[in-house]
Amino acid sequence: MPVPSSNPMLRGMPPTAEDLAGTPAAHQFSDVTASDAALRRFLHGLPGVDQVGAEARAAGLGTRSIKTTAKAFAIDLAITMVDLTTLEGMDTSGKVRALAAKAMRPDPADPSCPAAAAVCVYPDLVADARAVLGDSGVRVAAVATSFPSGRAALPIKLADVRDAVAAGADEIDMVIDRGAFLSGRYLQVFEEIVAVREACDSAHLKVIFETGELQTYDNVRRASWLAMMAGGHFIKTSTGKVQPAATLPVTLVMLEAVRDFRDATGTMVGVKPAGGIRTTKDAIKYLVMVNEIVGPDWLDPDWFRFGASTLLNDLLMQRTKMTTGRYSGPDYFTLD
Amino acid sequence: MTVFEYAPAPESRAIVDIRASYGLFVDGAFVEGRGTAFKTVNPATEEVLAEVAEASDADVNTAVAAARKAYEKVWSRMSGAERAKYLYRIARIIQERSRELAVLESIDNGKPIKESRDVDVPTAAAYFFYYAGWADKLEHSGYGTTPLGVAAQVIPWNFPLLMLAWKIAPALACGNTVVLKPAETTPLTALLFAEICQQADLPPGVVNIVTGAGATGHALVGHASVDKVAFTGSTEVGKAIARTVAGTTKKVTLELGGKAANIVFDDAPLDQAVEGIVNGIFFNQGHVCCAGSRLLVQESIADDLLARLKRRMSTLRLGDPLDKNTDIGAINSREQLERIRALCDIGEAEGAERWAPACDLPSAGFWFPPTLFTGVTQAHRIAREEVFGPVLSVLTFRTPAEAVEKANNTPYGLSAGVWSDKGSLILKVAAQLRAGVVWANTFNKFDPTSPFGGYQESGYGREGGRHGLAAYLKGHQ
Repeated sequence: MPVPSSNPMLRGMPPTAEDLAGTPAAHQFSDVTASDAALRRFLHGLPGVDQVGAEARAAGLGTRSIKTTAKAFAIDLAITMVDLTTLEGMDTSGKVRALAAKAMRPDPADPSCPAAAAVCVYPDLVADARAVLGDSGVRVAAVATSFPSGRAALPIKLADVRDAVAAGADEIDMVIDRGAFLSGRYLQVFEEIVAVREACDSAHLKVIFETGELQTYDNVRRASWLAMMAGGHFIKTSTGKVQPAATLPVTLVMLEAVRDFRDATGTMVGVKPAGGIRTTKDAIKYLVMVNEIVGPDWLDPDWFRFGASTLLNDLLMQRTKMTTGRYSGPDYFTLD
Repeated sequence: MTVFEYAPAPESRAIVDIRASYGLFVDGAFVEGRGTAFKTVNPATEEVLAEVAEASDADVNTAVAAARKAYEKVWSRMSGAERAKYLYRIARIIQERSRELAVLESIDNGKPIKESRDVDVPTAAAYFFYYAGWADKLEHSGYGTTPLGVAAQVIPWNFPLLMLAWKIAPALACGNTVVLKPAETTPLTALLFAEICQQADLPPGVVNIVTGAGATGHALVGHASVDKVAFTGSTEVGKAIARTVAGTTKKVTLELGGKAANIVFDDAPLDQAVEGIVNGIFFNQGHVCCAGSRLLVQESIADDLLARLKRRMSTLRLGDPLDKNTDIGAINSREQLERIRALCDIGEAEGAERWAPACDLPSAGFWFPPTLFTGVTQAHRIAREEVFGPVLSVLTFRTPAEAVEKANNTPYGLSAGVWSDKGSLILKVAAQLRAGVVWANTFNKFDPTSPFGGYQESGYGREGGRHGLAAYLKGHQ
């Protein structure tokens, strides 16, 4: 007979104000993360996710009809949330500079068009992005920790992170060790995130789960809590290198996790679906989900991002359609 | 803070052509009624939609005679394969005219277009497709192949077209002809269905639709030449019908009220359970006989679950039924609204705690906010009587045995829900629940292949699936 824990989180319940009084968020989980066994008990004690129900809920939110003023609002908001991404072996400084210019002025024909949130590149190209973006407000995000597989020794991953930060990255997108996670070595995953967060210094940390490899929604919820307890600023679905990448139900489960985490600790964590979001219609479905699952506090590029490359041009095309009433062809938008 | 306001997204009314007045559909044609015509209103605006004929006793007589003639001369002599062709044709026309049917259903009933579009109309078509498939395979049903004759069918206002499909599709597949009376507040989709029968070239008299209120229904079910009575509606009227037909040779199926328990165990997938609770009681404004109107939650997770449920209820969008983003539409009639209000007042007076999210109700029309009561016990009237509205009673339990005991402690027995991540617990509890339908980790799911019906005061007989054929074939209940 297991002894009920004094920590309310161990019983899968949000703690009362009394439980939290005077407890700094970072130390709340010290007994949970004291051992592999305790961490496992906690993560496996979280309420389960029913696959059919979660998918039905996501599909239901997908039927919201967003028209006219609401659509115009959503398109502009979505543009400000795009992490404009290029993660190819063939990337060059020329490519990255062009992308950075695009992020600052997505639609050269319309100065009222807002800028994207960030440019997301490999660490060795951070300096090129930084040089163009300067203090424009558009951030530089770098994927690090031996992205996308994460299969390297910890010191190498940390060096990767420090290199990117030193080159001027504002945000680090790390990958978790899915091998360790799937074999149940949660504490190792946790400690690695903590170490990367330290190496980030003042840069913000996004923790990529590669949900296409974790596969079950229960795993996604556990990974979410693991990353939040370890101090990640954002939780992110995918690298974009594995299919399926971001999906609405996976994002739903992650949004529920950040909502519950704020209820429990008062700390807000951001969410970034990445990979496979290509159309305005898709982006709006995600924003509806944010609006109805976690509420308007998260409708902000500080708390929600899209990791995407082709999405931006579709948003721009729809934006032009909303303002002019006409569709213009793809040739009227820049390919960078 | 950013506010994401959804702009109005109304479905166009232009697709439906509502006539100023409607007659009865008898022997393949629309005819005048001899009773006192009545008006049907849009419950969201109180706008009068149309004047509808009332079928007098004489009209009912004519309709039953037309059904009898069609049964004897045409329909019972037709091969199953031929009957199937008509049913398939009707099913396809329902699909083709689905937007028209959905808009009309929402206007006449008050339910959100999202539900009429995604649930009522496609499911109605699915029942016709399903029973069309049975028409030439009855010898494999296990219930024989001999039809009963003329079926008198009386349906409620909560799912007007879907209940029509549940009644007409199996009756016709088995070779019976029907006289159907839609509810007086929601006759319009049944009358549009009459047009669909004409469009499908269904032989005259196979389907007859008589409109009217209680008197018309009474004349219909009591008619001497009727072989079968099928009724969906209140337990009170169901009992009256049972008394009317007692001592006759008429076969009867009754699908009556319910007070379903939705049981949430402490290991349930909580976020999905919240969705299931919401879907269980706020779907169709709670105008659902199998609604999960009693939430039984394990005491150890009650606070957490209620906090999640209240937060979810605060995001429900109440308003214009034709707006595609509306979750909760209008209450079907003033009479029903008064009943819901009265029972909620009793709930408060008996000491239960009432809660509803902040919610602007439109000034015209019949509206009631999604509401829950906590601190409810088995002794409260809101825990025992069917409210038939968006009102949830929350009770707690400590052990599985107590959950089963409370769930079964009702004169009804139509449906129940069980939420747990543990399969063995679900199976054990489901086997102990006295309810015709038990949903596990879901709620309010309907499928033509699955039988539906109740225990005790929830009625008798089954509709849907293979079992649903028995009600329309000779020699079986």
